[in-house]
Amino acid sequence: MTTLTDDTLPTTPRAMRDEMIVFVVMALLLASVPFTGVYPFFVMQALCFALLACAFNLLIGYGGLLSFGHAMFLGTAGYCSAHALKVWALPPELGILVGVAAAFVLSIVTGYISIRRQGIYFSMITLALSQLLYFIYLQAPFTHGEDGIQGIPQGHMFGIFDLSKPTVLYYVVLVGFLAGFLLIFRIINSPFGEVLKSIRENEQRAISLGYRTDQYKFLAFVLSGTLAGFAGALKVFVAQNASLTDVHWSMSGEVVLMTLVGGLGTIFGPVVGAFVIIAMQQYLAGFGQWVTVIQGSIFVICVLTFRRGVVGEIAHYFRRSL
Amino acid sequence: MQALYAQLLVGLINGSFYALLSLGLAVIFGMLNIINFAHGALYMMGAFAAYFLLNLGGINYWWALLLAPIIVGIFGMILERTMLKFLTGLDHLYGLLLTFGIALIVQGVFQNYFGSSGLPYAIPDQLRGGMNLGFMFLPIYRGWVVVFSLVVCLGTWYLIEKTQLGAYLRAATENPTLVRAFGINVPRMITLTYGLGVGLAALAGVLSAPINQVRPLMGADLIIVVFAVVVIGGMGSIMGSIITGFALGVIEGLTKYFYPEASNTVVFVLMVLVLLVKPTGLTGRAA
Repeated sequence: MTTLTDDTLPTTPRAMRDEMIVFVVMALLLASVPFTGVYPFFVMQALCFALLACAFNLLIGYGGLLSFGHAMFLGTAGYCSAHALKVWALPPELGILVGVAAAFVLSIVTGYISIRRQGIYFSMITLALSQLLYFIYLQAPFTHGEDGIQGIPQGHMFGIFDLSKPTVLYYVVLVGFLAGFLLIFRIINSPFGEVLKSIRENEQRAISLGYRTDQYKFLAFVLSGTLAGFAGALKVFVAQNASLTDVHWSMSGEVVLMTLVGGLGTIFGPVVGAFVIIAMQQYLAGFGQWVTVIQGSIFVICVLTFRRGVVGEIAHYFRRSL
Repeated sequence: MQALYAQLLVGLINGSFYALLSLGLAVIFGMLNIINFAHGALYMMGAFAAYFLLNLGGINYWWALLLAPIIVGIFGMILERTMLKFLTGLDHLYGLLLTFGIALIVQGVFQNYFGSSGLPYAIPDQLRGGMNLGFMFLPIYRGWVVVFSLVVCLGTWYLIEKTQLGAYLRAATENPTLVRAFGINVPRMITLTYGLGVGLAALAGVLSAPINQVRPLMGADLIIVVFAVVVIGGMGSIMGSIITGFALGVIEGLTKYFYPEASNTVVFVLMVLVLLVKPTGLTGRAA
């Protein structure tokens, strides 16, 4: 069986230095957005999805586990943060904490269940679990069903930063994104990340070397789910609502698409993919359901001819890991 | 008690669809090593095929029952020839992603032309009305769906487990290279298998058209439930898929009567319970 990622690339100290350079360039570019004419709301939205896709990529690109239910972490954290901010009137930092904690608990429960099966079954189980949560949120009173939680107050982060100002909000979201991204980067390059990659390549051998692979996969699942929840909590401040679309299976599909377009198992791929897909949705918003058709076509084209994704192709061309 | 029997019947009907769809998934998975995410979209195409045959061609339900699976099956075989066959040797997950993309395309196109609302499809004259069984009133069409699905499921089981063709099929599932060495055209068999699985989905679509109306998204949520059914039953055994499908339909029907709030979620909850108790599924092998 061929692997999901480009395994011809070396991981040497040199590559890590390249990655750090690209990271700094990306951070500077993103930090300069408010000084350009780019619509900040669009970039903030893309950043939230980029973090979500990076979290998803941690699981598929480095653990070889395709979760088709990552929307459940996004949506759960979103609902819990929104409820904490609006009903309990908590300050933003605690609101985020509530959302992340909810995603953490959820990922422990769902991870414990889904990690029991491999490959294709794992995907089906995560999809079914997220659909289960979708129906629960559809009926639960605190989510307000089809209406969602609307008009969420943005408040003052740590009592100082006024999140109702777009520029302040932008930098708060950017810092959140960069922190999450660096954490994932650190995880991937840690001994834990190396073991995870070995499980992806050959689980039997990892077991024979004495690694308890189930525990590694479980921890990767919890990390991925919690970080996805962090993305969901940040998104609440950008969108100022939490709705059923965030828990729907189509959202899980979009995350998969973003990562696939950018490059499975690449560090920067999910970020590029998220920007591409969100930009496409913005520009094609007037075309109704054709957006779905185009998304489907991108899936088909990527799988058939472009499996490395944008960043994966660039990395392959320059023989660097990005 | 009337309401209980009525819900049981609804459960049996949903169970018929679960059985037909999970059977198709299992057959396709066995040969192609692909989980066909497009199964729900192809089920929907079956219902639309019946609708078009009636409204554009004046072709009645009985012919649609034969023609719609053939038409959609051919469409499926074209998909297999033009796309799915290039996935041989790649990770399983690419099959899931590709068929998910196909499902999005098909559903998106139908939504563009037909919106999200349902189109009516009339019950054929011969199956209208109902029978009083003494303990309940049985609408004839609903009884027909259950009986006919059961016959088709058992027929498929017989085809795969008891005939010469089925023996080739099972052998090719185990070791395609060896079967090829015996002079059997395995690629053609794979295409036909995909066509058969897709045809079963389309047949379920035709059967459901008069009950659930014809909607572009009719298969989108259904396929996720069927995935849960497949996880519960495992894809190792044909008979296992059939029994699990019907059993879960009945359990869902009972839930609708005793605790309607949980009727949407009961299959998923059962999936969780089965995974906790017996992670390999009820009939499945470890995978």
